[in-house]
Amino acid sequence: MKGGKLTPDQIQGHWRKTSRLMWTLMILWAFFSFVVHVFARQLNEIVIAGFPMGFYMAAQGSLIAFVVLCFYNAYAQDKIDAEFGVHEE
Amino acid sequence: MATQNKGDFISNLGRIYGIYTGGFIGFVIFIGLLEYFKVFDNKILGYLFIFMTIGIYALIGWLSRTAQISEYYVAGRRVPAFYNGMATGADWMSAASFISMAGGLYLGGYGGLGYVLGWTGGYVLVGVLLAPYLRKFGQYTVPDFLSARYGGNTARLCGVIVLFSASFTYVVAQVFGVGIITSRFLGIPFEIACFVGLVGILVCSMLGGMRGVTWTQVAQYIILIVAYLIPVVWLSTTKFGFPIPELAYGQALKEIAALEQKLGILKPHVAAFADAKGAFSMVEFKNFLALILCLMIGTASLPHILMRYFTTPTVREARLSVGWSIFFIFLLYFTAPAYAAFAKLEIYSEVIGQQISSLPAWVKNWQAVAGMLTIKDANNDGILQLAELTINQDIIVLSMPEVAGLPYVISGLVAAGGLAAALSTADGLLLAIANALSHDVYYEMIDRKASAQKRLIVARVILLVVAAIAALTAGTRPSGIIQMVAWAFSLAAAGLFAPLVMGIWWKRTTNAGAIIGMMAGFGVCLFYLVGTRYFGMAEWWGIRNISSALFGLPVAFIVTYVVSLMTPAPSKEMQDFIDSIRVPAGDVKLVAAADAHKLD
Repeated sequence: MKGGKLTPDQIQGHWRKTSRLMWTLMILWAFFSFVVHVFARQLNEIVIAGFPMGFYMAAQGSLIAFVVLCFYNAYAQDKIDAEFGVHEE
Repeated sequence: MATQNKGDFISNLGRIYGIYTGGFIGFVIFIGLLEYFKVFDNKILGYLFIFMTIGIYALIGWLSRTAQISEYYVAGRRVPAFYNGMATGADWMSAASFISMAGGLYLGGYGGLGYVLGWTGGYVLVGVLLAPYLRKFGQYTVPDFLSARYGGNTARLCGVIVLFSASFTYVVAQVFGVGIITSRFLGIPFEIACFVGLVGILVCSMLGGMRGVTWTQVAQYIILIVAYLIPVVWLSTTKFGFPIPELAYGQALKEIAALEQKLGILKPHVAAFADAKGAFSMVEFKNFLALILCLMIGTASLPHILMRYFTTPTVREARLSVGWSIFFIFLLYFTAPAYAAFAKLEIYSEVIGQQISSLPAWVKNWQAVAGMLTIKDANNDGILQLAELTINQDIIVLSMPEVAGLPYVISGLVAAGGLAAALSTADGLLLAIANALSHDVYYEMIDRKASAQKRLIVARVILLVVAAIAALTAGTRPSGIIQMVAWAFSLAAAGLFAPLVMGIWWKRTTNAGAIIGMMAGFGVCLFYLVGTRYFGMAEWWGIRNISSALFGLPVAFIVTYVVSLMTPAPSKEMQDFIDSIRVPAGDVKLVAAADAHKLD
């Protein structure tokens, strides 16, 4: 990296936004890992294309959400890094 | 892959693995033709598959041989995100995922989905909380981080202890899996097969270390995913007229529900948290959620996975490669429930309630293999009832080619896939253990003056010794192997998750806090495991011991928190170090007093 030093403002601003992204993703993670499955029996009453929804969420729905969350994290964190000029050259 | 044209190799990865995949498919077709024209009998075709694939891995391992420390430990940090994702996929998915998981879903129905969820969702934690920061830190092992963050070798040693106990139980299970597949397809005794399989494991990792393991794991991922998808896609196309089994099995679930009513099965396949009668069970509910939590946190704490993210060129690519990892893992895990549903439909409609004398051919074939499928006509009426059929869960994946009416060549392919899955995981684990012993214990704690050459010799000797001990242990067929795998997750989760996450996300975490917290969490987890399993201790709140991290984890976090607040805050230098690993740009500011030597 050129110039060398990062200012404290850069570091703090960057970390504040990074932390916010982290908490957002952790809440979504907890939702798709636990909350939605708590209601599996109720969701199973709804059947779409042969899939009872409670079963579907555990077998497929949450998994898709995890994949999306991981890619979204990479994308959003890149934007934050660029915004504060702390990305890799 | 020779040292002089590394750059060429990395920039040509797409072409190289494209040719490899094409070559492999050509090989499968060639074997198919041999079978069609009956050139050899099936047993020889099975041999060809096993030796051909191990031969490829050995070739890659030999081409990746290296005499450089950073190549040996972190593949020179040149592995692009996409390929690191594939390598992580192979590293992650073991024989249990490939062969046993679909069977577990067949037997357990909804209950089995806890594994599907638990073994995928952890990657969100890896990508958000850990991987990019560990990559920025940029040394060789997970204990390296603990040592730099928590003041030296005490923390390092605690990390090595947790790493060793978790990874060793896990690797024994993998060598066990390799032994089972090798003995089944080569027709040799299990104890010998463990050692034959070991040769397959060592050819990938001995010469090239992490570099060799990385490039073989990519090759192994391609084989295992092709092998897993072909039979089930074929079955879905021929039976449901739709080549995407993950969507088509909704139809199968519907038919299963109808057959369950007809056969008088009380616990439906899709029923959540159900007891044997299909009613809601609080115990099942609690354990389902607890298992998901422990497996997910364990995913984010197992060093053989975390160290894969040390190998990418940049922090940015480390994050992206977590996305690719879970995508490649997802391809297999969201297919497993389709396997289970198709198999259940086949068995409920074509096997149960049929004349025993006129069962489908695949049933008869598997009856001949000891312990896989047994039929006992208890009431001697010549008709098979549900209770009269016992099947081993491994059969669901292994028999799918026959159920789908595919030629024997596909069965050989599935065996090669299972072997690839088992070998790749065993490799990653062995390397994690051997690296912790050779780098963290030997180099960092015993002989800091050892030359690069000597370090690499020690690393390889330790790799050999650990591998041999694992094979010997597996050869004794220790009981409860599947349970041991889940234990490994709990041990890693309880011991490593808190110090790693808090070390990055909470600057106030002190050396004493982390070390005491780590040992407390690990200790509680181990106590619960050993107590409930071997000393008849009562379960706490009905939680099964495969989820013991449920107790160790909060203890680790609370103890770390409280002790940290009771001890003086980390120094200014330490805080600067943490700041420096939180951003991708700039140098890492190691703290001099801790472990601030320059790595070669």
